[in-house]
Amino acid sequence: MEYVHAPLHTVEAAPAVQKKRLPLWIIYLLPSMLIFLIFTFYPFVKTLVTSFFATTNTGALTQFIDIQNYVTLFTDPKYLQNLGNTFLYLLLTVPLTVIFALLLAVLSCSNLPGMGIFRTIFSSTMGISVAAGSVFWNLLFHPTAGLLNHIVTAFGSKPVGWLTDANCALLSVSAVSIWMNLGFSYLVLMGGLKNIDDAHYESVEIVGGGFFYRLFKVTIPLISPSLFFVFTTALIGAFQSFGLIDMLTAGGPNNSTNLLVYRLYKDAFVNFRIGSASAQGVVLFLLILLVSQLQTKLTERLVTYQ
Amino acid sequence: MNKIELRDVVKTYDGKKNILEGISLDVREGEFFILVGPSGCGKSTLLRIIAGLEKISSGALMIDGKIANEMPPKDRNLSMVFQNYALYPHMTVRDNILFGLDVRKVPKAEQKERLAEAAEMLGLTEYLSRKPRELSGGQRQRVALARSVCSHAPICLMDEPLSNLDAKLRGHMRTEIRRIQRQLGLTVIYVTHDQVEAMTMGDRILVLHDGKVQQTGTPLELYNTPANTFVAGFIGSPQMNLAEAELLGDTLVLNHSLAVPLTDAERRNLPEGSHWKIGVRPEQIEFAAPDNRAASTVTLCSTEMMGNETQILFSVGAHTFTARWQGQYLLENGRAIHVQLSPDTFHFFDDETGALLRAALTIKGSDMQSA
Repeated sequence: MEYVHAPLHTVEAAPAVQKKRLPLWIIYLLPSMLIFLIFTFYPFVKTLVTSFFATTNTGALTQFIDIQNYVTLFTDPKYLQNLGNTFLYLLLTVPLTVIFALLLAVLSCSNLPGMGIFRTIFSSTMGISVAAGSVFWNLLFHPTAGLLNHIVTAFGSKPVGWLTDANCALLSVSAVSIWMNLGFSYLVLMGGLKNIDDAHYESVEIVGGGFFYRLFKVTIPLISPSLFFVFTTALIGAFQSFGLIDMLTAGGPNNSTNLLVYRLYKDAFVNFRIGSASAQGVVLFLLILLVSQLQTKLTERLVTYQ
Repeated sequence: MNKIELRDVVKTYDGKKNILEGISLDVREGEFFILVGPSGCGKSTLLRIIAGLEKISSGALMIDGKIANEMPPKDRNLSMVFQNYALYPHMTVRDNILFGLDVRKVPKAEQKERLAEAAEMLGLTEYLSRKPRELSGGQRQRVALARSVCSHAPICLMDEPLSNLDAKLRGHMRTEIRRIQRQLGLTVIYVTHDQVEAMTMGDRILVLHDGKVQQTGTPLELYNTPANTFVAGFIGSPQMNLAEAELLGDTLVLNHSLAVPLTDAERRNLPEGSHWKIGVRPEQIEFAAPDNRAASTVTLCSTEMMGNETQILFSVGAHTFTARWQGQYLLENGRAIHVQLSPDTFHFFDDETGALLRAALTIKGSDMQSA
């Protein structure tokens, strides 16, 4: 019996093929590398460098001034207030967003008829742009014509300066921010909940555990990866909150809702203090890095991946 | 006392199609009771009804003689082993085994005792501090069993617990589960689609098909006197050979093509009528010498060599019959072979309803007395 072999590639040909292919991976990587270089790494390095220089109002470097930009920042009581505002805003929005999203998700996770409607409503803020949401809330918050003050006065109390009272404005903005971010967090947590095998709950049913036993012994641990994701994105999102502030209060009244990002934007593009703005960018970057690292370390133990 | 009775239990989800149609059964105390059937027959639903995870549409469920239709699962005094084990990935093996004992207010000292006992029984003592993902499939299965043992519930429900294991481990766990059940005197209701598990583990088996009970009985009752063609085909591997049979003079014609000669005695043993369905077990079809007058000549389709035995596939009309012969037969496909089909080893079923009319009178290779 004779066998006819199909010619296999020969040993000698192999190195030639490799030589030819070597640059290929670079070509595949090039698009994303270029995008990263141009839009991420270059601005990053440029910002870092600029933060150590005095600049013209077009951003041209004039003189190396060491860490003077940073010193000025941290001796500016307004900047320290912005820092405080940002942390207060974080503490208000991040935990409440996640807790509300979790509650809504747990409540609407059952397969009762009509739950689909609730799920759509709860996740609907994902489809609302910051601009549209701000306009809508501006109307609600309006000092004289707003619905909220109508309700408040109907109960006999004085109208509230939701966005005009320096004591209250940050709370109002935080409330809107929670409302805006709820949809996304809700959707992610809902996905996590839907992934839990029914048998896990049925085991609880057989031993007779109640609602809170289920919630704390089963639900929360089993969706811990989703919870962690939601927490981290909410945290970073809160640090970078810009649109809502710009449209609702523009940092006012009296600097009370001015957050780090908004101040940075004002200094860079309104006041043209590019050097200082660059320093603020670096500070913000370090803060986000620090806080998200801290959060990862603290919650690492509590997150279980399947 | 931990017996379970079902009376005419009906389950329907939409009010039109019944998933379960009038199921009645009795599970005795300390019995290993198997619910078996093809997928979609309603066996898991039935188990979940007993667990209290599904509501009964009509009928009655009694635990220890008391109506328990509306009794919440936690009061039914049972444990359940799920197909995918329902282990919690964030808990150690220890906490997984002890799961639920805190709800039941079992004192810490007793929890410790029970844990030691269950871990010992299932060989998990050295794994107690691990997380489920660090365990093999078989070990996870043991953790699920240990949780059940630890609960000290007298009734244990198992929903296809071995279906995620490989064949070798499955065989091992079959004996393991049986051992634990005997040791603790548990009443076990065990759902499976695997008739081998049903035959080897069960004290009694209930065969379910299309939401109806086909037959309840011991493994050998089911094997030797299947109540209908469904049970006949479902229990036993390879499957029982089923064919249409017609009485023509002195011969029984199978599938309008193969004539099997009848002796006078065999003729007298036939049930009434002249058209039936017959079933014959593969091991009852014997190799025959060519000069044997009672032999039938058939064409070999193929053989499956198992080493210790050979499965011989030959055609009878439009159907293929299987015979199991001890030893190794190297035969060429398509050649003629001689087999002995003895009508006394046939089961006769009603042509239309499929109900058993006459079971096999003789079973070759077995001692009927002791069975």
